[in-house]
Order: sequence, then structure tokens, then C-alpha cells
Amino acid sequence: MALAIRDLDFRYGSTPILCGLGTGELPRGELAALVGPNGSGKSTLFRCAAGLLRPRAGSVSLDGRDLAGLSQRERARRVFYLSQDTEARVALSVFDIILLARKSLHRGFALAASAADTHAVEAVIAELGLGPFASRDIATLSGGQRQLAAIGQALVREPDVLLLDEPTSALDVRRQLDVMATIREATRRRGIVTVTAIHDLSLAARFADRVLVMNAGQIAQAGSPEKVLAHPAVSQTYAVGVHLERSARGTLLVEPYIQVP
Amino acid sequence: MTVMMPTATSATTQYRQRNARRLKLVLFGALALVGSVALDVSIGPGNLPLADVLRTLVDPQAAAPRLSVIVWDLRLPIALMALAVGAMLGLSGAGMQTILANPLADPFTLGVSAAATVGASVAIVFGWSVLPGAGPFIVTANAFVFALGASLVLFFMTRLRGVSAETMILVGIALLFTCNAVTALLQYRSNEVQLTQIVFWTLGSLARASWGKVGVAAVLIGLALPFFLMRGWALTALRLGDERAGSLGVRVDRLRLEILIATSLLAAVSVSFVGSIGFIGLVGPHIARLLVGEDQRFFLPVATIASAVLLSLASTVSKVITPGVIYPIGIITALIGVPFFFSLVMSIRSRAG
Repeated sequence: MALAIRDLDFRYGSTPILCGLGTGELPRGELAALVGPNGSGKSTLFRCAAGLLRPRAGSVSLDGRDLAGLSQRERARRVFYLSQDTEARVALSVFDIILLARKSLHRGFALAASAADTHAVEAVIAELGLGPFASRDIATLSGGQRQLAAIGQALVREPDVLLLDEPTSALDVRRQLDVMATIREATRRRGIVTVTAIHDLSLAARFADRVLVMNAGQIAQAGSPEKVLAHPAVSQTYAVGVHLERSARGTLLVEPYIQVP
Repeated sequence: MTVMMPTATSATTQYRQRNARRLKLVLFGALALVGSVALDVSIGPGNLPLADVLRTLVDPQAAAPRLSVIVWDLRLPIALMALAVGAMLGLSGAGMQTILANPLADPFTLGVSAAATVGASVAIVFGWSVLPGAGPFIVTANAFVFALGASLVLFFMTRLRGVSAETMILVGIALLFTCNAVTALLQYRSNEVQLTQIVFWTLGSLARASWGKVGVAAVLIGLALPFFLMRGWALTALRLGDERAGSLGVRVDRLRLEILIATSLLAAVSVSFVGSIGFIGLVGPHIARLLVGEDQRFFLPVATIASAVLLSLASTVSKVITPGVIYPIGIITALIGVPFFFSLVMSIRSRAG
């Protein structure tokens, strides 16, 4: 029971972005962190996995079943991709936005939300601490609050696969920890596959069960955080030195540093 | 209703209250529709007492023939046409603004109205009909075909890879200027009678109203509004941007195409019926956005109603400025619309800054 991406090839025009990328098996119930430099193809990988882009070659399969055969609706039901761009400023409340993630596949005239829908939205609002501004328009919120609302969309959706593109980039330290913990907990409880792109290596080391290092359209290294982050592939990928250390509290800390030749 | 009982301040309760308020607004808008039509019918050349007008409306058989003709054959078609055209322009503008993610999109700014004017001018100056056998409706038919053509140009631009919503607006503006230039060329070539006709067309006038046109428009709105509402959730999702809508399972390209076809049809029909009327498709949706936000389940109907009421009021205004004279309604909407337009631009500026 896992998500598996194999031999994925994608190019924009003549520029290759993904070059025979494979992730191996990403088991259900596990949180995987996707790390890699800017422009290494993380978002493109997510878009291909979510079916928003059509790869030239390769496959994305869930529990042994190729997702390419599904309609866009069916695929969107199973795989949810939270895009990095959560900045849309529209006259919709946080509640509206999160409810929308449950109703967007709706077709027809029964336009009202059911009690089950509003219950689910209410639960996510409580889980993410969005209560104080749940009725405010997202146009009036801060970037971090808008990002939280978008994370609410991901959580309320209940897909099998959750692809998060830097979900904590605009959040304060406390909220980063809260959100990562919430995502990990939801992943375990629901038995889903979660892959999150993230730049903070310490945060990745702390919350992820598995780290995937992406470089130039390929997965350079994959495995447990401790093993992968200590691997020379990471220093090569980012052109930095990497120092790993356990804190007194037992947390794995990652300290990147610039090497003087 | 629901079984759940959330606490007094729960987000769900607030959501339900907000929706109830929006629904009330829709109902209030429907009342305003009736009121503005009544006002429109009761005012006009002829100086009829209000009581007589109302009595004629309720019981046309009992009224004097002169009254009956003025109310039922002259005033009512015009009043209902104002309502219908306002609704069509409003829904069309609202749809265009949603799919193009631009509050400045409407049939007028995207060049659809200007294209209709070219079509009408061709018919007036050369007597050429695009549709064979259009007979006395040659001007209307040409305007319709040209408006639809302009929409098709916009549509094919969206099919081109890499054409963004912003580019679409630019294409629309290019279309607008091109059409205006062609119309000017035709005006230059025309004789005095033709020139007057073209100018009259560009001003937009409800004097072209008829029961037949009112019927066609009513049917079209009756079909279009449900068509839009069925896609309400998907359209709301589209407001978050193409990528987020796509990951929410919305087939963005297809949705945009469906709505573009529907908005084009609405715009083409209204322009071909009454000439080019600006600002309504811009201002009505703007008011709706301020009143109910961008949840399309409420935004689309409120935009439709607000635009209908606006054009109906404009129709009344066109009759009271100079008693005995009915000004072309396009002039009135432009005059009323400009301050609105200005406030719209300023509100966008303040949001960006």
C-alpha cells in the first residue's frame, strides 16, 4: 500500500525538468519530505503526480494502480496538491475557502453545504486554530493566515495522497511546528501518503519519516532523515557543508554552512 | 434543517447567518426589480397618472384603448427590455470577470459591443447581410454575428498555449480599438442618413424593444442563469487561480470555454437587440462583489439582479431629464457609470497599494 513514482520524464518545451525520476515506494502512513534547491523540479514533480501536467514518460501509481487511467475528477479525489501560491486575494472567507475544497467536485443544483461538510470544516478550523478569523475574507488576512487557510483545504479534503508545496513557508515558528505535527498526525491517522516540499532541513529532519533529496530533475538520495542528510549527496546538491547534531532534547539539528575552499 | 447544534459563535453558525443574509439580499433585489419596473412604466411622455397606469397593468381590458396602447405596447416592452438587457449584460460581465480574473472585463471593454457596432454599420452603410434572408432584421442579425465573431476571437486566443487571463484583456482592448477604427471608417464613408443611424446604434437605445425580443431575452436568461449556477462551486474555485482550481478537480480549460460561450451569447444577443450599452456589465458585478463577496452561488444572481435594476433605473432617468424626451440609454449608463467606474479603479488601486 504505497505511492510509487517511476521513470518520470517531463520537459517544458526543450528544457528537461524531470529526467527519469523515481521515488521508490512511499508507504501509506508516512510523511516524506522533498528537499532540493530552487528550480530542481519539485513543483513540477507534484504537478505531474497530481495529474495537472502530463509527463512524457513514466508512471504514478497508488496501491499498485496506475493513476493515469483516472479522470481528472477521480484523480483529484485521490490526490490533492497544495500549490505554493496561496496568495489569491478574493472576497471569500476562510470558511468559504475550506468548504470549497469539499464542494469543488460538486456538480448540479444542490448548491448548499451539508451538515457533514460544515462539521468537517469546523473540525479543521479548530485543528489549525483558525477560529478567530474563520469568517474574515482572505483578502484581509496576512500571508501566513492565508497559507493556513490553504492547509485547511488540504486537510478537509481527505485524499489518499497529499502533496504539499512548502506549506510552512509563510508561517511563524510556533505555527510551523503545529502545522508539521498536524500534518504528520493526519498522515498516520488516515493512513495516507504525504509528500511535502520543504526548505528547512531541520524541520524536515524533525518531522519526516523519510527524506527525498531532489537535484536536477532526479531523486539523488532517499531514506531516513539521519541517513540521507548525512550523505554527501546533500552537500553536493546544495554546494554546502552539512553538520548534523542531536540537541540535548534529542532533536536532530541540521546546520548547513558555506565551505571555504 | 440540520441536526447539529453548534455553539452561538461557531464558524458554521456565522457561515449560515452570512448565507441567510445573502439570500435575503437576493430576495430584496427581486423586489427592487419589480419596483423599478413599476417606476419605469409609470413615467414617460404622455403624463399619465400613476393610478391609471397601475390599473391598466392589472386589468388591460377595462382600460381606455389609448392607455392600454401606451402602457402595454410602448412602455412595458421598454421597461422589461431594460430589465432583460441589464440582466444579460450583468450576468455576461460577471461571468467574464470570473473566468478572466479581472474586474474590468465586460462585453464592452472586451470589444464584443464594438464588434456588434461594426456589424450594424456594415448593414447600414452597404446593406450587406451576413445571414442571408435576414430581411428587416439585417442590422440586428449582422450585429449578432459580429459580436459572436469577436467572442470567437477571444475564445481561440484562450486556446492558444501560454495565453493568460491578462493577455485576454489586452486582446479584448485591441479588438475594441480595431472595431472602433473600422466603425469610424464606415462612418466616414456613409451619407447623412446612414451616419445618423450608426450614431444612434452606438448610443444604445431601448426604443428598439419589442415583446418578441423581451421573450427571447427572458428565455436566454432563464437558461443561462441555471447553467452558471450549476457550475457555482467550480467557478468559485477558479477565483483562487488556475492551479489551485485544477488541484481541486476543476477542469479549468473546459469550464472557461463553457462560460465564455455562454457569456458571448448573452452579450451578442443584448447588443444586437438594443445597441451598445456600456458600464452596466462592469458596474452591476462590482456592486454584487461589494454586497455578497465572490461566492459565485450568490455573486452571479446578485450581479444579474443589480445590473437589471441599474439599467431599469437608467431607463427611468433617461425619461425624466427632459420631460417628453427619451434619451438613448447608452448615454445615461455612461454618465452614471463613469463615477462608478472611477470608484472601481480607485478601490483596486487601494487594494494593491
